Amino acid sequence: MQVPAPFDYVRAATVEEAIDLLARHGPEARLLAGGHSLLPMMKLRLARPDTLIDINSLADLDYVRLEGDEIAIGALTRHSTVKDSALLAEHYRMFAEAESHIADPIVRNWGTVGGSLCQADPAEDLPAVLSALGATVVVRSARGSETIPVRQFHIGPYETRVQGAQILVEARVPVRPGAGSAYYKVERRAGDWGIAGVGAFVVAEGGRITDVGIGITAVGAEHFTCPEAEASLAGQPVSTEALATAAAICRDRCRPSSDQRGPEDYKRHLVGELVRRALVTAAARAEGREG
Amino acid sequence: MQITVNVNGNEASADVEPRLLLVHFLRDVLGLTGTHWGCDTSNCGACTVWVDGLPAKSCTMLAVMASGRRVRTVEDLADGDRLDPLQEGFMQEHGLQCGFCTPGMLMTTRWLLDHQPDPDVETIREAVSGNLCRCTGYENIIRAVRHAAGHRAEEVVS
Repeated sequence: MQVPAPFDYVRAATVEEAIDLLARHGPEARLLAGGHSLLPMMKLRLARPDTLIDINSLADLDYVRLEGDEIAIGALTRHSTVKDSALLAEHYRMFAEAESHIADPIVRNWGTVGGSLCQADPAEDLPAVLSALGATVVVRSARGSETIPVRQFHIGPYETRVQGAQILVEARVPVRPGAGSAYYKVERRAGDWGIAGVGAFVVAEGGRITDVGIGITAVGAEHFTCPEAEASLAGQPVSTEALATAAAICRDRCRPSSDQRGPEDYKRHLVGELVRRALVTAAARAEGREG
Repeated sequence: MQITVNVNGNEASADVEPRLLLVHFLRDVLGLTGTHWGCDTSNCGACTVWVDGLPAKSCTMLAVMASGRRVRTVEDLADGDRLDPLQEGFMQEHGLQCGFCTPGMLMTTRWLLDHQPDPDVETIREAVSGNLCRCTGYENIIRAVRHAAGHRAEEVVS
């Protein structure tokens, strides 16, 4: 029987109260949202917080809405809401495509955007999506709010810029009119962690790429992306060669490790292929060649 | 700590450790053993119940998290001797063999039918992708759900 070690449990009714409780209970307190990463880790004693601060009552952090030229996604928004969001689907199809691969429908009812970002598992999908899109996250503390680019948010595996009495409250995604996007992932079986996952968006004008973003997960890509590959595409024609060149750069730059999900050379090959497919589909969607 | 959970329409209060999982609260404290305790890792879905109207894997939720919320378990499906159409469907189409996954399958697919009364095969397959069955190969489970949705087995093309 898997049961966590003993801990104290408190509920926060507001963001301010959550921050106050974090400050009061010290470094061994953890926020509890969906719990679908934290509770399994606690059962295995990979995490052993003294206190859990339940933030599931913070319904005002559960939203997906357009604010000016950005889409704001509240930290307590569940995966299922992201998957079914008409607003996100209208602007970036890769959200629903990535979400359909995350765990299973029941787990997606409870797992949250904020939890996914702060868990910082190196095989998590949403960090790759948000990294590709050049999103930012808003982190609040007693001193106020700080906006951090997603590409600077993850320090390493299971480590983020959220420290001490801070709470991630929102992710913000820039809207890009005419952008096409796509997400591809290969997993050993339904609902498993990915062997590799790749998301990309493309904006094209007159057959040339004017804006592009690539997100990569599960294969040791720094900050879940590959800026060198993105730079190689700037101003390039939307051509098979240009997209293949960028895919090859991702393949060479990522740092996968051999494990039970496959050897390193296989994973590299997979990254190259998935980046190519994501770029090809994203470009086709940007140019209206595919729905 | 003291918690009160509305389970199948009845308020249930108990003094529990914060680390008690919802599945054990239901089974061991309330004696509602219809909810099965399976993999313990949120993979198999045997422990699926509804929390505030949404399917949840009760091995990955603390009982204290459910305090003040509504929980619905498989015991609530039948109305006395009258089975839920899904339970009829599982019976008619042989949707179970050992029966271990069945409570979770029922709670997941009841939610599906409540939100989509006539799902196609692909939709049912996706809906139960978080519920593992080692006996049926899923075919009869799909038929059972279609049966409950008012379709007969011979219509099912899989």
